[in-house]
Amino acid sequence: MSDFVQSLRLWFAPGRIKDEGETPDYRFSLANERTFLAWIRTALALVGGGFAVDQFLPDLRWGVRVGLALALLAAGVLCALRAVNHWVRCERAMRRGEDLPVSRFPAVLSLAVAVVALAMVVVVVFGWAGR
Amino acid sequence: MTEVRDPGLQPERTRLAWRRTTLSCTVVAVLAVKVAVHDDITAAGLTGLALSALVWVAFLAVAHRRIRALDAARPHPLSYRGALLAAVCTIALAVCGAAMIW
Repeated sequence: MSDFVQSLRLWFAPGRIKDEGETPDYRFSLANERTFLAWIRTALALVGGGFAVDQFLPDLRWGVRVGLALALLAAGVLCALRAVNHWVRCERAMRRGEDLPVSRFPAVLSLAVAVVALAMVVVVVFGWAGR
Repeated sequence: MTEVRDPGLQPERTRLAWRRTTLSCTVVAVLAVKVAVHDDITAAGLTGLALSALVWVAFLAVAHRRIRALDAARPHPLSYRGALLAAVCTIALAVCGAAMIW
């Protein structure tokens, strides 16, 4: 938990990153940046998916449609926040020469996407059966 | 600086990653506009449209700045502000959309 507080402090005093350790090889920083951008794209895809559910599934009941859309949007927000946090932590670990941080976020996100996908299948199948 | 360019084309790859991300942001912004003005044009819809456009322009500016900075053999690492702005734009689109969908 102290690790979390530390990275939260880094969020508000980013200059402190530069005080620690030494600047890593620029290629490592660029690779970290590309990973960050890939996570941002994932977040954007989730947000876009939320918009698409709202727009292109008009036959769903209001509650189901808005619930699914908001769940996808929330997942996108979480993903974007986590992208910055992970980027900062990787950057700091590289400066200090430590191991890169491990994370259970990818597993959690995969499970969440699987649950939403299953919910979509159920909703679509029952939507057709009910008509 | 002894070499003219990086042999692994790392700055180029990073630049293309920024371009891909800008493209994703454009798609999401277009979807947000569709959410904003799908039936009739209301004040709330127009506000959502303006905010989405503003966020899209902000993301474009961040990406453009970084793409310009990557035009070097050994570019500096991404600034903390740039990373935070990119994430904030994504979150702003999501929040803006959530308010419109609700």
